[in-house]
Amino acid sequence: MEPWEEEEGPEVVKHFMYVNRRAPYGTIFAHECLEVVLISAAFEQDVSVAFMDDGVYQLKKNQDTTGIGMKNFSKTYRALDDYDVEKIYVEKESLDARGLTADDLIIPVEVVSTQAMRDLLGQQDVVISS
Amino acid sequence: MAYEYNGTVVEHDEEGYITDISVWNPELALLIAADENIEMSDDAWEVVNFLRNYYEEYQIAPAVRVLTKAIKKKLGPDKGNSRYLYELFPYGPAKQACKIAGLPKPTGCI
Repeated sequence: MEPWEEEEGPEVVKHFMYVNRRAPYGTIFAHECLEVVLISAAFEQDVSVAFMDDGVYQLKKNQDTTGIGMKNFSKTYRALDDYDVEKIYVEKESLDARGLTADDLIIPVEVVSTQAMRDLLGQQDVVISS
Repeated sequence: MAYEYNGTVVEHDEEGYITDISVWNPELALLIAADENIEMSDDAWEVVNFLRNYYEEYQIAPAVRVLTKAIKKKLGPDKGNSRYLYELFPYGPAKQACKIAGLPKPTGCI
């Protein structure tokens, strides 16, 4: 097989959901989780990403990290579309509690209730929380 | 481990990716390309510049499948296909072109 020929897809496709619950900076959980999401997607797995609690801040528009000396990686969420990650869920109650709406977020998302999020979590093969 | 040119020393990791992406310049790119046995044609430069713009916009180096799709969207199907990109960069368009572009190893390559 020549290197440019398409390989066959993976034998097993699992449903992965990555749940982000922490603020984007201060720890590296958010950044690391985003990398793992992109890697899973590159391996053609069925990937969903969820944001709840302070995790919703990861998607906040107009982040400015100059004061804390960390890379502003929020632009990378816009690459999720290129990696064919289209199932992005944000919990409504978490947005409401922080005075945010979908318009404050850097990418289009599906805003879902706590109950709907619970149902989505129940549908996964693997849930990774960070 | 380092590249050296005109008395300048630029550190790189064990695979040849430069460790400080801010020191990149086109002259260094030519040196890395020579190391990879890549001739930097206009077409090769187009891909390297595309990757640098992609990094500027998204802060990541894309995996090969994503790169191919993004090039197809921007430059059309004649260039946005694996065969064309592998002709320019035989050991993997994302890996080799990213290295020459001074970017980190693509996200999603192992």
